[in-house]
Amino acid sequence: MHELSVCQALLRQVTDIAMDRGADVVEHITIEAGPLSGVEPALLVRAFGILRASSRATAQALLSIESPAVIIRCTSCGMESPTAPNRLVCSRCGDFRTRVVAGDELRLRRVELRIPESSNRKTPCAKPVVAA
Amino acid sequence: MCQACGCSLKADVAREELDHQRGRTTVVDVLQDLLAANDRVAAHNREHFDEHGVLAINLMSSPGAGKTALLEATITALRERYRIAVIEGDLETDNDAVRIRALGVPALQITTGTACHLDAQLVHRALHDLPLSGLDLLFIENVGNLVCPASFDLGQHRNVTLLSVTEGDDKPEKYPVIFRASDLVVLSKADLLGVLDDFDPARAAAALRALGRDTPMIQTASRRVPALAPWLSWLEEQLAERRAVVTAELA
Repeated sequence: MHELSVCQALLRQVTDIAMDRGADVVEHITIEAGPLSGVEPALLVRAFGILRASSRATAQALLSIESPAVIIRCTSCGMESPTAPNRLVCSRCGDFRTRVVAGDELRLRRVELRIPESSNRKTPCAKPVVAA
Repeated sequence: MCQACGCSLKADVAREELDHQRGRTTVVDVLQDLLAANDRVAAHNREHFDEHGVLAINLMSSPGAGKTALLEATITALRERYRIAVIEGDLETDNDAVRIRALGVPALQITTGTACHLDAQLVHRALHDLPLSGLDLLFIENVGNLVCPASFDLGQHRNVTLLSVTEGDDKPEKYPVIFRASDLVVLSKADLLGVLDDFDPARAAAALRALGRDTPMIQTASRRVPALAPWLSWLEEQLAERRAVVTAELA
């Protein structure tokens, strides 16, 4: 059940962002966890139910998990097609040299925060944060 | 239309206006890997390995596939020519490290308690107690588990996954994430193939290839020295390759 570790990492990222923005409450967290990420959404939701209480800001937060379907692109014939996580060969030409273009992501997408009136935010608006 | 709350403002304007729309709820778009912190430490570990010209191999499998036995046989075969060390990951006991140390090779045991995998931070901590200078080869024997270890980069150069022939030949189909992350798959205990009628190496190879990778698959039998030849030559190739990279970087 490595979802506990993944959830800890998630909450650390989220509380960092909340702190950076001067928010006191995290309302909603959206992540992407594709079938090839190795993370089981149902287990992550359970871990989140336990771990969100570890900070006051996240205690009432909701978690949404988007699970994009696996899509591969064949490097030989260029065919792009949705497929099962354990069938990553090209459905048209049968070549195994494919690239996963979706379905292996494991990332934080969006957080919704409540920022108190008195807070001195570092940034004046909700600018998108680009991953380092 | 605004994707965040469904109001009629354009998305970029909506984000600025959200404070009003939603009682000062601010939406922050982030696109950051959840394991970014682990990956940063893993990159740092890799720097340590590279600095010392050490090839680091992460050994993964289900419990009982023969990781420690393979290491024992490997050390016995190579210890005259290469300096080897091992980091052992287990939930409990230092039994595996004791087995390795008995061969005269430094072994550091990480007991993870309830954690089902090693992560970069655990390995980093272990590195402080394990001198890398003079080493050629570091094996990191991960916790026996075909699920969790696959998600955590430790800083290794190569992932090796063992699949013992006493398991099912459909394992790559059942655990695509770990087998897809592997640079080599070792069919261990292959000396038992003669008495097992339900493991077909060709089926295992087909399941592996279906994962869209040209991952080599070799057979070993740790109790029989000649059966180790393909494994040992793969290791020596990786060592030579690593050494070439390190030399090129120094030049």
